[in-house]
Amino acid sequence: MEFLLRVWRQAGPDAPGGFEEYRARDVKEDMSILEMLDQVNQDLVKEGRDPIVFESDCREGICGVCGLVIEGVPHGEPKKTTTCELRMRHFREGQTITIEPFRAGALPIIKDLMVDRTALDQLIQSGGYVSSRTGSSPEANTIPVAKQDQEEAMDAAECIGCGACVAACPNASAMLFTGAKVSHLAKLPQGRPEAARRVTAMTGRMQELGFGNCSNHYECQAVCPKDIHVKFISRMNREFIKALFKKKN
Amino acid sequence: MELDGKVPSGPVQDKWDKYKIDGLKLVNPANKRKYKAIVVGTGLAGASAAASLGELGYNVEAFCYQESPRRAHSIGAQGGINAAKNYQNDGDSIYRLFYDTIKGGDFRAREANVYRLAQLSTAIIDLCVAQGIPFTREYGGLLANRSFGGTQVSRTFYSRGQTGQQLLLGAYQAMMAQVQAGRVTVRGRREMVDLVLVDGEAKGVIMRNLRTGELESYAADAVILASGGYSTVFNLSTNAVGSNVGAAMRAYRKGAYFSNPCYTQIHPTCIPFSGSHQSKLTLMSESLRNDGRVWVPRQKGDTRHPSQIPEQERDYYLERKYPSFGNLSPRDISSRAAKEVCDEGRGVGDTGYAVYLDFEDAFNRLGSEIMDERYGNLFEIYQQITGEDVHEQMRMRIYPAPHYTMGGLWVDYNLQSNVPGLFVLGEANFSDHGANRLGASALMQGLADGYFIIPYTIGNYFARTNPGQVDTDRSEFAQCREEVERRNKELMAIQGNKTAHELRIELGDVMLDNVGMSRSRESLQTALKEIARVRDEFWNNLKVPGTDKALNQELEQAWRLAESLDFAEVMAHDALNREESCGCHFRVEYQTEDGEALRNDREYAYVSAWEFKGVGREPVMHKEPLEFEEVSPSTRSYK
Repeated sequence: MEFLLRVWRQAGPDAPGGFEEYRARDVKEDMSILEMLDQVNQDLVKEGRDPIVFESDCREGICGVCGLVIEGVPHGEPKKTTTCELRMRHFREGQTITIEPFRAGALPIIKDLMVDRTALDQLIQSGGYVSSRTGSSPEANTIPVAKQDQEEAMDAAECIGCGACVAACPNASAMLFTGAKVSHLAKLPQGRPEAARRVTAMTGRMQELGFGNCSNHYECQAVCPKDIHVKFISRMNREFIKALFKKKN
Repeated sequence: MELDGKVPSGPVQDKWDKYKIDGLKLVNPANKRKYKAIVVGTGLAGASAAASLGELGYNVEAFCYQESPRRAHSIGAQGGINAAKNYQNDGDSIYRLFYDTIKGGDFRAREANVYRLAQLSTAIIDLCVAQGIPFTREYGGLLANRSFGGTQVSRTFYSRGQTGQQLLLGAYQAMMAQVQAGRVTVRGRREMVDLVLVDGEAKGVIMRNLRTGELESYAADAVILASGGYSTVFNLSTNAVGSNVGAAMRAYRKGAYFSNPCYTQIHPTCIPFSGSHQSKLTLMSESLRNDGRVWVPRQKGDTRHPSQIPEQERDYYLERKYPSFGNLSPRDISSRAAKEVCDEGRGVGDTGYAVYLDFEDAFNRLGSEIMDERYGNLFEIYQQITGEDVHEQMRMRIYPAPHYTMGGLWVDYNLQSNVPGLFVLGEANFSDHGANRLGASALMQGLADGYFIIPYTIGNYFARTNPGQVDTDRSEFAQCREEVERRNKELMAIQGNKTAHELRIELGDVMLDNVGMSRSRESLQTALKEIARVRDEFWNNLKVPGTDKALNQELEQAWRLAESLDFAEVMAHDALNREESCGCHFRVEYQTEDGEALRNDREYAYVSAWEFKGVGREPVMHKEPLEFEEVSPSTRSYK
């Protein structure tokens, strides 16, 4: 297969960026889009040109580092796929493919397709955990957890922190990411003692970091490679309101 | 020289508890804040160590090459984590987990370490549940278990098919809580390019800031390496594309011994290789073997669709050869058996290097719903990569792939290397899995090392040293930086015709062909010649564009490959030296009549520990004899 690639190139965070075109030749349909970019980069290096900077690591859809915007969609079509899992068999022979970085004020571009997602770490740091010191845990089966609660917690905990939800949101909101962590921990008895403190701290931090608010577009769920449900945003809102009442008492 | 593992005396059951009382000194709570530890790598071992040391009140500076610690490759582990809880009432105990692990490792691990690991396994589960890790549960609300290769009890805890992800996020979150508390600092996009020794003790590191290209110096009272394994020395493995042996090799160059590098595990159930464009192989958790049956056609070159091949013309070779463990035979045995039937010409798929993992019986027995609950995400991954739906096909094609490495830097019972102040945790050390690791034991070891061992043993080291003696103004730091600078300049100056990517594949193929699933004296000698050839080509014909003073992904790859090339040589030497077959190390010269591994306890019951003597010069081997006080090494049989 052969494709024409339009790729966003940008030398640094403050440098102006723009699209450049590259031909991708000898593409196999089993290749992932990143393996195609690897191949293009090999040619660029050999020609003495600057290879395209993009990130990837596990290449199996779990580390969450590889987000690109492909044809206007974070992680591209089809749904429930990370960029590294996206195979070339989903494209039409000869097609022009536009590849851009995630764009959001809180996730600034470092170079070309590489963005800075440390804001997501800072969100977790603000409260996305159970304060459970090593050595002080009760026996694991002391507290039974209803299977459906554990399953729902797991549905939220599957988030890989890629930031596609932020990139897809017209408000660049991190509500799905934050909602997933708040819900995962709020759904389990172990997370309840800190539930109010957690939701207050995390939503506060979200605003400080420059993420927008949710206005119910649900683009986030549509692009989420792990299909994290927007109901977790509603749950976060409920937790937030509960926390408000708790404070008043 | 014989190495001393510093194993405490007394019965194996009491060693750790007794040692904590009379062997390990404590640091006064008010003094802890004066000490600082550097942690390199933020996978399960590194993140859990950083979290628990921070909780104790130490200062920690943690580094990872990834943008965020949550991306470390522990996240890729699918199947589960073992613990001797005996929740299933099926006869499990600490002793049984200990025995299974020692036996699974083919009696090439240090007994006392393995017993301690089994003892700590239960506390790990307690802690993880308290952290909010959503382990899969039964309808009564209690924790579920599944069985795994190499054992006859169900002791594996799991979170769907993403156990590594959930455990890593737990450790990461615990560490981020300590970042919030001000005791841990995390620095991402940093690659460890040197270890700094002061008066023979590890007191700092040089990091290359991958975003800016700058070299940075960091000093501390001790250095903890938790930088993972070395499977990426092979062409295509299940590791992340960034995983590399660089940090461990920098320590090796500074005098830390490298142990058992020839012990590498080839995982039996991966999606088969499809073409040269591929950047990695994807693992299918071996938990699939609980419900899947492995087979190939009885006839060579049988190209019929698998559903057209009748039962009597299928060879369920694992069930046939190993009736009591069958499809759950240990990883090394299953992998080698797959290679054997494919070498015979009975493999399936386009390349002939694949076998079937068949779920027809399981779908009929359990139905789609239960199968999806157990393996749904694995079926999805399989479909994404191959375009085939397991629900329709009822089977997958699988083949073994390099996955985990049991060898690593030598450590004593304290997890301290022979370089004082340098501690090594998780996959980066050699200590607990012997010549073969059982499934669901890597997560257990990483977390045992980080949460429950290093907090005690590093305290013992700190208690004997004054805090804050070293800062980065010392000449040792400047010297190391200059050395790294020079090496970078050399790499940049070659300006030849081959990319690091191409050379990495060349080395990887040499290793796979000659130091892979089976080895011979001849293949290892070929490997040594070929490694030298590729290294020569690397240093004369490499092309790296750009500059070393900026973000440069090609230079990152080249740096890692330079380390891999030197490492590959140590690995081949070790495999050549070990004239026996044990666990994953299969020397074709040493096998029984039925083609099973033939161990030689009289001559090879030791841990090898290689000392660096300069690039291109043969390393020198030291030995730590393995003494078995509790179990007597027997011939492993899974028949």
